[in-house]
Amino acid sequence: MKQKKVLDVWTIISYSILILYALFLLYPLFMILRSSVTDIDGNLTFQWFEQFFQQSYYFSTLTNSFKVTIWATILTMLIGYPLAYFYNMFHIRGKTFLQIVIILCSMSAPFIGAYAWIQLLGRSGMITVFIRNVTGITIPNIYGFNGILLVLTLQMFPLVFLYISGALKKIDNSLIEASANMGVSGIQRFFKVIVPLTMPTIFAAGLLVFMRAFADFGTPLLIGEGYRVFPVEIYNQFMGETGRNFNFAATISVVAIFITATIFLIQKYVASHFTFTMNSLNTIERKKAKGLFNVFIHLFSYFVVFLSFLPQILIVYQSFQNTSGKLFAPGYSLNSYRVALSRVRNAVPNTFYIGGLALLATIVLAIFIAYLVVRRKNAVNTFIDTLSMIPFIIPGAVVGIGLVMAFNRQPVVLTGTVTIMVVALVIRRIPYTIRSSVAILQQIPITIEEASISLGSSKLKTFALITIPMMGSGIIAGAILSWVTIITELATAIILYNARTITLTLAIYSFVSRGNYGYAAALASVLTALTVVSLFIYMKVTKSTEITM
Amino acid sequence: MSVNIKIRNAVKRYGNNTIISDLSLDIREGEFFTLLGPSGCGKTTLLRMIAGFNTIEGGDFYFSEKRINDLDPAKRNIGMVFQNYAIFPHLTVKKNVAFGLTNRKISKEQREIETQKFLELMQIAQFGDRMPEKLSGGQQQRVALARALVIQPDVLLMDEPLSNLDAKLRVEMRTAIKNIQHNVGITTVYVTHDQEEAMAVSDRIAIMKDGFIQHIGTPKDIYQRPANLFVASFIGRTNLLDAQLSAEDGQSFLVFANGYKVAMNHVKDEFKKTMKVKVSIRPEEFVILENSTTGIKAVIEDSIFLGLNTHYQVKFENGVHAEIVQESRIDSITPPGTEIYLTVKSEKINVFTEDGQRNCLSGVRNDYEQYVGK
Repeated sequence: MKQKKVLDVWTIISYSILILYALFLLYPLFMILRSSVTDIDGNLTFQWFEQFFQQSYYFSTLTNSFKVTIWATILTMLIGYPLAYFYNMFHIRGKTFLQIVIILCSMSAPFIGAYAWIQLLGRSGMITVFIRNVTGITIPNIYGFNGILLVLTLQMFPLVFLYISGALKKIDNSLIEASANMGVSGIQRFFKVIVPLTMPTIFAAGLLVFMRAFADFGTPLLIGEGYRVFPVEIYNQFMGETGRNFNFAATISVVAIFITATIFLIQKYVASHFTFTMNSLNTIERKKAKGLFNVFIHLFSYFVVFLSFLPQILIVYQSFQNTSGKLFAPGYSLNSYRVALSRVRNAVPNTFYIGGLALLATIVLAIFIAYLVVRRKNAVNTFIDTLSMIPFIIPGAVVGIGLVMAFNRQPVVLTGTVTIMVVALVIRRIPYTIRSSVAILQQIPITIEEASISLGSSKLKTFALITIPMMGSGIIAGAILSWVTIITELATAIILYNARTITLTLAIYSFVSRGNYGYAAALASVLTALTVVSLFIYMKVTKSTEITM
Repeated sequence: MSVNIKIRNAVKRYGNNTIISDLSLDIREGEFFTLLGPSGCGKTTLLRMIAGFNTIEGGDFYFSEKRINDLDPAKRNIGMVFQNYAIFPHLTVKKNVAFGLTNRKISKEQREIETQKFLELMQIAQFGDRMPEKLSGGQQQRVALARALVIQPDVLLMDEPLSNLDAKLRVEMRTAIKNIQHNVGITTVYVTHDQEEAMAVSDRIAIMKDGFIQHIGTPKDIYQRPANLFVASFIGRTNLLDAQLSAEDGQSFLVFANGYKVAMNHVKDEFKKTMKVKVSIRPEEFVILENSTTGIKAVIEDSIFLGLNTHYQVKFENGVHAEIVQESRIDSITPPGTEIYLTVKSEKINVFTEDGQRNCLSGVRNDYEQYVGK
């Protein structure tokens, strides 16, 4: 009968997590759904859906989003895949440096890239002005479709690179040798052996890029101008200065979730035809490329990485420039840092406080959920597993709106608090942390826990003394990556923040939107520095320069 | 503080799938008892029921007089050794061994003493401060065994503990396990699918198949007088021949296909009649006669010289193949193609009913019979 009592501890944890999900995920989603089908007075209506689908002004935001997302996904593949292939198959000089820069690029907030590119290629951008002065030619417009595509592609190809690199490392060298034995090598091998073997990863990376690009909000807001995409439309309907319409914002959100869910399920279905596991004993040996090809892969690698890193360089440079009003002035100083940090005094402490709380909550919840999913399979825990994946397909802006709709009224009022910021960040990050915790836990044989129990430890004691320490390094590594994504998160937080809960990323955005580029650059450099430090801690912890997502 | 284990009418189900339907068993105090059978026979399932990691759907489990069905695994006072060792990789060897003691109310000094004692007993004292990943498979196995024994468990459970070791270490470790068990005198339940290993370590063996126990006995009993055809063919190698049993004036005879007739002395009274039987003849129970016309006619197809013994593959007239083992002779090996006659060592061979369920000879000692029909 004693056993029953111990079972209850985990059952209580199970139901507690279920309640958290119900309150912070299902309830907000329900509020969005309800708003989308009610009018201002609360009566059932489909007028918002009719309005959305009948007026091309609104509907076009969806087709625009699709167009730019699909192109971004394709382009990131076309850049990220060859880069990963060259990087892992051939010797490239300075490859560790290259890898660190690529990881750094993937970790910055996209909107920072957008505003940097405006500085470079915008109407009065440095490069635009330079070319016009020298040649008299006005280069094509950066704003709109082209700009969004440029920024998203440069932002996301590092993700593809990291995913594909991970997959290439799992290919056993003997497969390469075997194909050479059978007379297949070079470009033929690339298409007949390498690409098929990495197919599952291509799908996984493609889905991730699609979801992020589709839901990205900061980039189109800054650089999109007349090219209207749906996350911006949701934001405008919800937060805009004129013509706010909560119900209509909810309607667009519902359509967006429907689309991302459909894409998610299609991807699952297609990818399920390409699943296999590989366990490589010998990873692929890098070869030295010959002649022109060697020159080409070096040029290609360094050029795309340079393009991707350019915004960061520009921002750090600008952060030291003097400013006069909103314009940059000659000379260099730390003025921007001084002014920016004093104007938003609490941004840095908030970043650590809110980010730290969110990180802690994410890790604790993720470990518990992973344990329930892996070690205590039952109907309730399978349901929790499914619930935990839902945030993966919900655009950040929608999470924000849902939380506002749910918690700006009785019975639970949370808007404007630190709590709601933490909740939002946890919801955004937890699917990834759960996935990685599950993967770690599945590597630990259950007999190790049984050994501990048979030696007289209770189940909770075993969990604390054996399971968690064994998950240790994996959890810490995952936590550092989570930390970086938490401190650069914008789409959800921008809907929820106020002066008391402003973070670095939000402060940067607020400076950018007011045109205070110098101050924005200073804070963005601080954020980059934080990211770099986190990254080096990660490398110390994992004792490797590689990152697996 | 050893115990005897009593299991009565155990049932194990996974959903609608019954793995063990009705199993009873007694393991004596201080005994080295092995559950042996092919994979999927339910031996590990039964062991994990004793350990408390599998639920029990029916029947009763006792350690001495104490019913343990609902006792938490942490409170059963068992030492368990797992197939993959299950060493805690984040703890040193010493901390691994001491782990079970930290869950008990004993002083720190006593804990140190006990840990050291078992580290020395298992000859791993010099590795005390190492991390487990720096140890070889055999050394890790010693850590696992020390960790299981240091808590002075009532019962030691071992789940295929040697299957991850290479052949040489396996032999070495099984001797070590046998000696330690003997010295400590702890009731031990050992699971394996390796019949040679089972024979080498066990006091008694239970042969299992499809969730049922086929035979419980000493290694010698099981090898020499197996309870049924499955046990005969699972333990050691054997050749199966069809034959006929007959009785004349109270004397039984075995008649083979070509008329070769052997007098049998141990046939049970109920089988002293004319009936079709299956004969199990182990490779060493044949005698090869080259210049003779009595016996079963056969042709040598191949021979393998293995030093101590020579193995012959032969084919009978009816097309059936058989394997024969002879002590190697100093003169030449009988070449393939040679026609030979085979006689059998009648006191050693076993005769089974045609369905293979029962041994027709007397002398079968099967401790499982006491539970049948109850």
